[in-house]
Amino acid sequence: MIRPSITEKNKIEKLSRLPQGGSCKAGVLIEKNAGWRNKCPVYNPDKCTGCYQCYMYCPDGVISKEGKGISIDYDFCKGCGICEKICKLQAIVMEGET
Amino acid sequence: MIAERVTAQNISDNEFFYGHKACGGCGGSLAVRMALKVLGERTLLTLPAGCMSAVSFNYPQMSYANNAIISAFAGTGAVMSGLKAGAEAMGLKDYHVLGIAGDGGTADIGLQALSGLIDRNDDAIYICYDNEAYMNTGIQKSGLTPYGSTTTTTPAGSKGKGNIKQKKNLFEIVAAHGIPYAATASVGYIEDFATKVKRASQIKGTSFIHVLAPCPTGWGIDTSETIEVAKEVVDTGLWYLAEFYDGEYHLNRHPKVFSDVTHYIRRQGRFQHLKDEDIDIIIRSRDKTWKRIEGFKE
Amino acid sequence: MSQVRFISGDEAFALGVSLARVQVISAYPITPQTIVVERLADMVEEGELDSKFVHVESEHSAMMTAMGVSAMGARAFTATSSQGLLYMAECLGYVSGGRFPIVMMNANRATALPWSIYGDHRDSLSQLDCGWIQIYVEDAQEALDMAIQGYALAESENIRLPVMVNLDGFVLTHTYEKVNIPDRETIDAFLPKRNTWDKLDLDNPVSMAFTVGPELNEEFNLLHHKASINALGELARIDKEYAKITGRSYGNAVKGYRTEDAEYVLISLGSISGLVRDAVDRLRKEGIKAGAIKIRMMRPFPKDEIAALTKNVLAIGVIDKDISFGYEGTVYTNVNSALLQKKIYIPSYNFIGGIGGRDVSVDNIESCFKEMINADTKETVRFMGLEVIDDC
Repeated sequence: MIRPSITEKNKIEKLSRLPQGGSCKAGVLIEKNAGWRNKCPVYNPDKCTGCYQCYMYCPDGVISKEGKGISIDYDFCKGCGICEKICKLQAIVMEGET
Repeated sequence: MIAERVTAQNISDNEFFYGHKACGGCGGSLAVRMALKVLGERTLLTLPAGCMSAVSFNYPQMSYANNAIISAFAGTGAVMSGLKAGAEAMGLKDYHVLGIAGDGGTADIGLQALSGLIDRNDDAIYICYDNEAYMNTGIQKSGLTPYGSTTTTTPAGSKGKGNIKQKKNLFEIVAAHGIPYAATASVGYIEDFATKVKRASQIKGTSFIHVLAPCPTGWGIDTSETIEVAKEVVDTGLWYLAEFYDGEYHLNRHPKVFSDVTHYIRRQGRFQHLKDEDIDIIIRSRDKTWKRIEGFKE
Repeated sequence: MSQVRFISGDEAFALGVSLARVQVISAYPITPQTIVVERLADMVEEGELDSKFVHVESEHSAMMTAMGVSAMGARAFTATSSQGLLYMAECLGYVSGGRFPIVMMNANRATALPWSIYGDHRDSLSQLDCGWIQIYVEDAQEALDMAIQGYALAESENIRLPVMVNLDGFVLTHTYEKVNIPDRETIDAFLPKRNTWDKLDLDNPVSMAFTVGPELNEEFNLLHHKASINALGELARIDKEYAKITGRSYGNAVKGYRTEDAEYVLISLGSISGLVRDAVDRLRKEGIKAGAIKIRMMRPFPKDEIAALTKNVLAIGVIDKDISFGYEGTVYTNVNSALLQKKIYIPSYNFIGGIGGRDVSVDNIESCFKEMINADTKETVRFMGLEVIDDC
């Protein structure tokens, strides 16, 4: 699967380590977004029928199909709560971030 | 129009727009994510200065997995033509040129370049994600801000009602160019939008999609409400889902009964100041629009 | 075999662009640039040039289209003038900061108001800070040659910056001269197809034109600055290589004339430089040790070269087809700064002339020298050749 991923941030000590042209590598992440969240989606696979509407409507794309259900990438979930509203079966419930 | 319907089942697992810094519940970022999932890794994307570039291009953090370049604010359509001409010159095959800009970047400052792109009929897809104001700069009025909405430049006060202009009719402005394919969509009906992106990709020549994309920050709604509101704007008839191709308009969805406009208005912070008579103006304007688009094919 | 044709500066430039095998041309019409793009459109139409002509709806879009082309790794060309250059100004810094090696011809023309379609240097000199390499040519032959060398310079691995080649409006763009046109094979060997790693690449996706925060923004600008400075040496190297195949050399970023023993030197840009040399010859006959310096490149600025040519001079003058209102001509500012940095403390004078297409004669230039010799330092910035008495 193609998806931007976390890369370790190198401290740039010399000018020659910067991009020497107009381009830099695509899909490079150095920071997670988990800290933004004050509510956390909690997934209950027992209630999930695999309609994947939560996956479709997630603005951050942090919900992936996994087997007959889904998985959530908590590194990048911002806790917006769209998935909870979309799920008609309450298979995702937002709970306070601890 | 034939194009297989894009669904949760058949859409690609790849995520090309990921780890970005858009606000939680951002409708625009959902439109961008969906468009790239449909079009795939061989997409050459340009987007102007605006939310969707500001949240994703901070060196060295790059949230697009595909090739992407920021254009000057007014230049989206022109960079698209350049990418297309350059790709042809380099002998590339099997790729898409995609431009994504917001409402201000499309209907205001970028309208000239968009018009030029359509006039040249370059084979490229332009998507306008419409969150109904200049959100990146702090919620200022754009040409697509709806009647009655308060923005930081159309504040509602003792005299003002917020914005007193109706939205520009961007869809029909674009269609009037004789474009091969144009459509309206809403992130509230995401499969409809994704399917339109697919159709656009199969068109030879320029195609354009105007997708309504709520901004929780600018609209004064909870981050979890983006999709509900984006569905409701269609269900109330304040936004319509349509296509233009072969020189004719086609209406995709005609609600038998419109849902309650007052409910849609009252749930949003940007409309809090409106009185019932203002809502009546909004309803009358909607009815006038629907009278006009009755001529669209169904 | 090369051939000689009698053509205008615009046509010469178009032929240079064609010989450079530009892959995409995007341009919007403005007098006196139009002929260059009309000729290119003809060449594309007739199949002489395998290139795509993109009809854009503004200069802003012309430059943004060129950027898109360049981002794909292809060779892009555009041309403009005056208001058109100002209209695309936002894109100039964009394209240079993004390191896109586009070549643009600018037909130097006055900027409004008052309206004028005729030549001066206020358009391009107002854009000195936009990060482009700026070249000023003297005749149609140099125009053709610098269209070709412009790409060699722009695409040099240690530069990768856009190049603006300036031709004086009408005086150069529309004047017919004998021009030697090299053959395709010669130029193909000199300037191969653009081949770059720095592009949008379907097999190796990249992001371009990105944001850099305060923690590294200055460093990116330093890289840009260093790349620009590299063009001074690179121009001289390319000139030598070009001379080997065509027999024509223009020297480096400045060209001195009778400066070896000169006591009074006048500095100029572009097409007026021939007249300055004529004035020098006349004054030499009178026993005055006059000399001339032509600046071919305004960015990067050849401060060392200028200083080297003015070491033993008693006074210098700068003719500016430009006025930075409320101060002085911009070339003068640049020259004075260069001399100060090199600890050359001599009187300097600024002659503002040729504004809005005003003719400058050899007599006008001679009187510039005379004013320098008379050492009147009360007013160092003077408008030359005024047709009315200045009583305001």
